[in-house]
Amino acid sequence: MRIKRSYIVLSFRTTLEAMEWEKQCHVRQVPGRLIPLPREISAGCGLAWRMLPEDWQSWQAELDETRFDKVTPVEQ
Amino acid sequence: MIYLDNAATTLHKPPQVEQAILEALHTAGNPGRGAHEPTLHAARIVLDTRLALAELFHAPDPSCIVFAANATMALNTVLNGVLHPGDHVITTVYEHNSVLRPLYRLRAQGVEVSFTGVDDAARLCYDQWETLLRPTTRALVVTGASNVTGNGTNLVRAADFAHRHGLLLIVDAAQTAGAQPIDVQQLGIDALCFTGHKALLGPQGTGGAYVRPGLQIAPLLVGGSGVHSFDETHPLQMPTVLEAGTLNVHGLAGLCAGVQWLLEQGVENLAAREAALARLFYEQVRTAPGVTVYGDMTMQHRAPIVALNIGQEDSARVADILWEDYGICVRAGAHCAPLMHKALGTAEQGVVRFSFSHFNTEQEVQQAAQAVCALTRELLCE
Repeated sequence: MRIKRSYIVLSFRTTLEAMEWEKQCHVRQVPGRLIPLPREISAGCGLAWRMLPEDWQSWQAELDETRFDKVTPVEQ
Repeated sequence: MIYLDNAATTLHKPPQVEQAILEALHTAGNPGRGAHEPTLHAARIVLDTRLALAELFHAPDPSCIVFAANATMALNTVLNGVLHPGDHVITTVYEHNSVLRPLYRLRAQGVEVSFTGVDDAARLCYDQWETLLRPTTRALVVTGASNVTGNGTNLVRAADFAHRHGLLLIVDAAQTAGAQPIDVQQLGIDALCFTGHKALLGPQGTGGAYVRPGLQIAPLLVGGSGVHSFDETHPLQMPTVLEAGTLNVHGLAGLCAGVQWLLEQGVENLAAREAALARLFYEQVRTAPGVTVYGDMTMQHRAPIVALNIGQEDSARVADILWEDYGICVRAGAHCAPLMHKALGTAEQGVVRFSFSHFNTEQEVQQAAQAVCALTRELLCE
């Protein structure tokens, strides 16, 4: 059985915003990856950035909060 | 074969364009419709293309770049998206049907349209703008350069007029995007529509528009967006609002490679080379007996086009002989620019348009000029 664990998920207003975020994160080596938008955040489809809570803690101060829409803790 | 029909489509592209398209065909999924590697790869191609075009046009943000199938679709989107019955538009006789026909259709719905004429050298009569202005004038719609004569539009002057009177400045850059430096912020352009398959060196089926931040354009199409699927209305955020349906990612991969190549080479350098080739051709044909060249070849900013006729000979016959006997590809006829031809007096004869690329060689240009001179001697003796 797959064990769920906690993540921090950043959601975006547009696909473009998500792709710009990924590009920035790759350059700066911010841990995480793009995932399909979890249903806890919004029904439908789209992209979100998932990272471990400890990585979020380490990086939060350095990330530009205007570049994403919401921060949501999820279990996956 | 000597290809001098670059104002229609550039045939010679950098090898990177073909490679990028082929690679995308094998690797790109549907952008923004999932998070597996092929779909993310496609979305990265789209982002990189937006970034490259934003850099080329000096746009403030990649969200200002929206994609369409071609300049015609982009122009239809912009014109239909900002104009309403009761609005008045000033445009020019330079315009291609990609501008004229959307405006004619809007005119049937209550939009009023005025046309700027030209002088004896087919230069725009800018002084007419003040007299054409009305209280209801909403936009100035101009092409960057005539696709018939190559004569350019003075965009600094257009921007000054539009801004002084609070008009939207909408530019058809089909002939100038990638062929001339364009700074949309410095000029204060509200919307710039481009095609990918001409000087931007991409494949056919690509194009789009720069849209100034804050300019609201009602979408021409609504549908799949990859986000907010349960909403009954299409998302309003740029660029999604103007990009319903799956984008032509394979084509955009080629367009991206073409634009990145342009950025590496420098548009100014390439434009200077094209201008020199057009000038070389012009100097060799202009004194040939019976040859009439249209347009002002002394203009600083013009498309690399030389449009001519030989006596009263049908331009279609001249173009066909150039192809059949000399292997030279040019374009005859009306070039989808009926008002330009009416102004030139060539509505029946058409003109033979030679349009140059930086990939052409001086030898090709000289061969083409010799062919025109030989054909002139032949046809005028008939």
